[in-house]
Amino acid sequence: MQFDSFSDFLAMGGYGFYVWLSFGISAALILVLIFSSILSHKQVLKNIASQQLRENKLRQLRKQRSDNNHNTIKEVNQ
Amino acid sequence: MWKWLHPYANPEVSYHFTGKLIPWLSALTVIFLSIGMVWALAFAPADYQQGDSFRIFYIHVPAASLSMGIYFGMAIAAFTSLVWQFKLADASAAAMAPVGAVFTAIALITGAAWGKPMWGTWWIWDARLTSELILLFLYLGVIALHSAFEDKALAGKAAGILTLVGVINLPIIKYSVEWWNTLHQGSTVSKLGKPSMSVDMLWPFIFSFLGFALLVGTIICIRFRSEILTRNSIRPWVKAIALTYSIK
Repeated sequence: MQFDSFSDFLAMGGYGFYVWLSFGISAALILVLIFSSILSHKQVLKNIASQQLRENKLRQLRKQRSDNNHNTIKEVNQ
Repeated sequence: MWKWLHPYANPEVSYHFTGKLIPWLSALTVIFLSIGMVWALAFAPADYQQGDSFRIFYIHVPAASLSMGIYFGMAIAAFTSLVWQFKLADASAAAMAPVGAVFTAIALITGAAWGKPMWGTWWIWDARLTSELILLFLYLGVIALHSAFEDKALAGKAAGILTLVGVINLPIIKYSVEWWNTLHQGSTVSKLGKPSMSVDMLWPFIFSFLGFALLVGTIICIRFRSEILTRNSIRPWVKAIALTYSIK
């Protein structure tokens, strides 16, 4: 250990402000990068899932509509 | 070797492979980085000239050399993608750019906070600092190009060309302290063969450097996986993963 007390450690031999500024900003930037990377991964998954659900719903509607059309044509023919 | 590499060119295989890699990488990152940072802050000796401000070195130098290393990796990926139309290379280049930008910013900010007490100024337009600032702008340009086009292949091409043109900046940063008179000190660690550092400063540096390098690897893997998903969003395997995620 290079420092005798905790306040010595914080003071960093008079360079405390610069040392803690460097370590603080670096830690903050890295944390923001980590969390934004994880969040955007989740967001991508969510977007793909909702896109797919939308497509499925559309497909179902289209199928229903075409089935209905077939039925009405059949009725008319009869 | 190509035969062995071949399966990793498959997006699905790389997605699962990097997924398995991430827990190991992040565990190693925590171990190395915490040892490195505690050692650097509390146990490494103060410099005989610079006192305790020298502790900034343990972030500044790893961040600066990684900012160049990531750019080099991005350039290799861009080259592979432009020449062989290798789609995963685009995804990896897009994953590296934001990480590189953050580490360039860290190098610049810690450099300023170290320059103020040592040189008496936060910033000076000398060769080393200016070329590193240009590196930051190159990263920002690459990020902007990757997100400027709806078509990811086109975006990758545009960003790749900018990346390759910007490679000229790397030797300029590296040799700026030798080519021009600058306030920035010469290299401490990478003097071939014998670094001019004492051993009790070198070890915490090695731990910090490996810790930051592992951190970079971890974050790039996370971002690489998101890029793979976005670029393959119509593939059945991606849809399956997304659906199981949304059900959870």
